[in-house]
Amino acid sequence: MNPEPTTVTEAPEGYRISALSGAATHSSRALSGPLSAEIAAALSASPKGEVAVRSADLNLPLLEKNDILAERNRGYFLGRGLVALNLVSSPGAGKTTLLEHTLDEFGMQTRCAVLVGDLETDNDGRRLHRPHAPVAQITTGTVCHLDAGMIARAAQSIDLDGVKVLFIENVGNLVCPASFDLGEQVRVVLLSTTEGEDKPLKYPPIFKSAHVVLLTKVDVADALGFSRALAVENIRRIAPQARLIQLSARSGEGMAEWYDFLRSLAPKS
Amino acid sequence: MHEVGIMESTLAAVRREAVARHAAHVDRIVLRIGVLSGVEPDALRFAFEACAPGTLAAGAALDIETVPALAHCATCDRDFAAGRGFICCCPECGDFSGDLRSGRELELRRIEFTPTTP
Repeated sequence: MNPEPTTVTEAPEGYRISALSGAATHSSRALSGPLSAEIAAALSASPKGEVAVRSADLNLPLLEKNDILAERNRGYFLGRGLVALNLVSSPGAGKTTLLEHTLDEFGMQTRCAVLVGDLETDNDGRRLHRPHAPVAQITTGTVCHLDAGMIARAAQSIDLDGVKVLFIENVGNLVCPASFDLGEQVRVVLLSTTEGEDKPLKYPPIFKSAHVVLLTKVDVADALGFSRALAVENIRRIAPQARLIQLSARSGEGMAEWYDFLRSLAPKS
Repeated sequence: MHEVGIMESTLAAVRREAVARHAAHVDRIVLRIGVLSGVEPDALRFAFEACAPGTLAAGAALDIETVPALAHCATCDRDFAAGRGFICCCPECGDFSGDLRSGRELELRRIEFTPTTP
């Protein structure tokens, strides 16, 4: 399988989007425009202070542009009746393999789409390419995380008709993606058994922001001398709010629980 | 290193707010950064030194107020400070809490500036 990208968009910000399957035939009005009118208005709506004032309390979010775009994405996804999940982990924790299996199994009953981010190459987009699942690759260049603007642009590049679950595979990085809301409903953080059991303790911000933690590659835990019990205890200590699922995409262990979870999220048509 | 992007976004907001208030120059920028925001104050200072020259905020003081992590215990109905390693274990009942009430802040708190003389 070696699909040719059907559409390639170069964003002025320097990243690139390739719709590898299920390319959109027309652009979405809801997400179009560089920074469309309502955002420009929100950003310029600051009160005109008196000239003599030397100090001004602002209390503005530092990532206000990202936050506004993220809220717009969230509303757009909600309006389209789809649930968006932001998958975050270190490089190599198994995000792409998990999604390959998810598209082949869960994705046969429920229409899914994927937006996948990497600094370079569209290898992951090609791995995820399926006739039944729209996939767009976001190539960020040097940027260490996805942001809400990239998601708005990438979401328009594919046909989301009938899609119930949108997976966003973030750039492999446990630090920077923590600060950027993409407009997802669910943030999924993966920890694989090839990493240390103490990773959740080393990277609190991302694990504290997780709705779900997936302990992946559990099939090789014993061979690696990885203590699942210790990892679970560490996750419970740092991220008690998160639902924990232990799975292996390769052996299939725990995948039914993951699909049940996805089914519980997917809006009923 | 996402701090450069965050600083660029900060300086854009500072410029916009300063221009709206007819500032000739920005003298001080006060930020509030939560300890669990994922943003490193030192990296932010470094980014400020790199990005501020040539802007209205060139040479301005950068104050960073650190916001501690507070979690809420549903059992005891109280807020408590996160412990070592940001593990939020209620000191009263020992339950772990994932209900963060502060610590993720990334805010432009305040600017001080010199107005243009009419």
